[in-house]
Amino acid sequence: MGGKDRVPPSPILSPWRRWEALGPIAGLFWRGSVWLYLAAAYAFIFLPVVVLVVFSFQDGRLPVPPMQGVSLKWYAKVLADRDLMAALAHSALVAGVSSAVSLMLGFLAAHGLARSVLPGSVWLRGLLIAPMTVSSLIIALGLLSLFQQTGVRLSLLTVGVGHVVINLPLCFAICYAAMGDHQKAAERAARDLGASEPRVLWLVSAPMLAPALAAAFFLSVTFSWDEFIIAFLLTRFDVTLPVEIWSMLRSGLSPATNAVGSLVFLVSVVAVVGTEAVRRRA
Amino acid sequence: MTAGVSVQGVTRAYGPARALDDVSLDIAAGEFVVLLGPSGCGKTTLLNILGGFAEPDSGRVLIGGRDMAGVGPKDRPTTTVFQDYALFPHMTLAENVGFGLRMRGVAGPARAARAAEMLSLVGLDGRGARKPHELSGGQRQRVALARALAVEPEVLLLDEPLGALDLKLRRAMQDELKAIQRRVGTTFVHVTHDQEEAMAIADRIVVMNAGRIEDVGPPRQVYLSPKSLFSAGFMGEINKISLDGTWRPVPGPGVLCIRPEAFGDQGLDLGAGRVTDAAFFGAHVRVHVAPDAAPEVRLVVHLPQGAMPEPGAAITLRATTWGVLQA
Repeated sequence: MGGKDRVPPSPILSPWRRWEALGPIAGLFWRGSVWLYLAAAYAFIFLPVVVLVVFSFQDGRLPVPPMQGVSLKWYAKVLADRDLMAALAHSALVAGVSSAVSLMLGFLAAHGLARSVLPGSVWLRGLLIAPMTVSSLIIALGLLSLFQQTGVRLSLLTVGVGHVVINLPLCFAICYAAMGDHQKAAERAARDLGASEPRVLWLVSAPMLAPALAAAFFLSVTFSWDEFIIAFLLTRFDVTLPVEIWSMLRSGLSPATNAVGSLVFLVSVVAVVGTEAVRRRA
Repeated sequence: MTAGVSVQGVTRAYGPARALDDVSLDIAAGEFVVLLGPSGCGKTTLLNILGGFAEPDSGRVLIGGRDMAGVGPKDRPTTTVFQDYALFPHMTLAENVGFGLRMRGVAGPARAARAAEMLSLVGLDGRGARKPHELSGGQRQRVALARALAVEPEVLLLDEPLGALDLKLRRAMQDELKAIQRRVGTTFVHVTHDQEEAMAIADRIVVMNAGRIEDVGPPRQVYLSPKSLFSAGFMGEINKISLDGTWRPVPGPGVLCIRPEAFGDQGLDLGAGRVTDAAFFGAHVRVHVAPDAAPEVRLVVHLPQGAMPEPGAAITLRATTWGVLQA
């Protein structure tokens, strides 16, 4: 340190440098506390999930310490539970279909608004994204009163509608952000070569946007998959997995709920990792 | 297939600015026409109107005698080579070139054969399975050309197709473009701001400025006897001597225009002059001369390679070709 031709340090030292300047022990102390802080932050975020997953393997009747041994029996019980498996299938169906619908509507809206100059197009975009800022409780209440007034019976379809409402803004925003001049130029060339509008969309726009479309789809699936409030308020007999888990919890804690929770978490992780993988490849 | 184009009194405004102001132009079938002008002169707007990407506010466009009003790009007998190539990145070269045929319902095998044929026309034989990102800029431009020609358009529109290439490659592509046009016989309408490019390839040059056509004619005519001062200046360096001042080598009014290389041993006598400085330019020696009759004027004169006059040397000024244009 302190060679003659060194650039003089800037008057505002980073905390790191300031501690190091006090001596080797202070420097070590600083580094140690930085890592400690990082560890604490991650522990705060992930401890609940870790506890959930760890006690799903509990060889006992309660998902609390002490750990009485490792067993897969709760997973076996969960996978054999017909109601749970039905709820799982419902969730997958709602997530898949509502995400596909959100993606299609979001993509078309984004394409239209990115391509044409419309009066008040800023407002149109704002209105499309606005539902993101509304709590899902409010959306669910609104849809509930609408469905009851119009006499639509609550079912998986109504949950799906609710999920489209929350996921459409997301899909729109992702697609809109991905559309650039490159896209426009290629679409123009396709039209010039005789492609009709649907074929431009299908053969040029969508394949060129494939990474963004996949990201939007997987993200929607993740949100729909563990969405509770809308699913809870807009279903009656056929319920989705989060609602089923909620009703399990009412009868008390059990490692079985941990096992279901772990499975839900696993699916979410796969969806997020899938999204990230697709985005990176682009 | 090839067809003529007739532009009749076309006007197009963007807000208060007139991108095209009552433009009329007839292009013969099989002709190679270059629209030349500075940026903002309306040449690209005219090309867009031919391609159907913009509609004229007034006037009309006929292609092969058919009125194109309300006909979209998809249904016009034109295709375009874009400046940024606009290739489809997710398709192979063969799929790119075959795209237009696919839109016209041509079956797979026939399409593949035609794509291979077109790729070989532009010197990319056997590369059909590659993707656009594997190519250099020049090669992408060739693919764009092959793609546009594959559907046998009656008129091919080229929007500064060589603008993104470096100078050497651009000169090479010009020759090739000209050769390809001769082979396919399609009407080419080419937009550029490079007058050398225009002279190298055009049957006829259309010089545009501020939404109007300044001059139309074969390269030689536009260069040697331009119809306007703008056209004269845009086609290359030129000496402009105002005939309103005290020095009038020819009777006025107007502006006497002489190209630097038009000075020689005979022709219009401008009297003697004094060299102020000289520089070697390879193909010629570029000299600034102050005529004795008007010492404040500086003329640019190109002398043969061998001559290298010292500053102050006396020189006789005679112009073999010259013209008087109205300001």
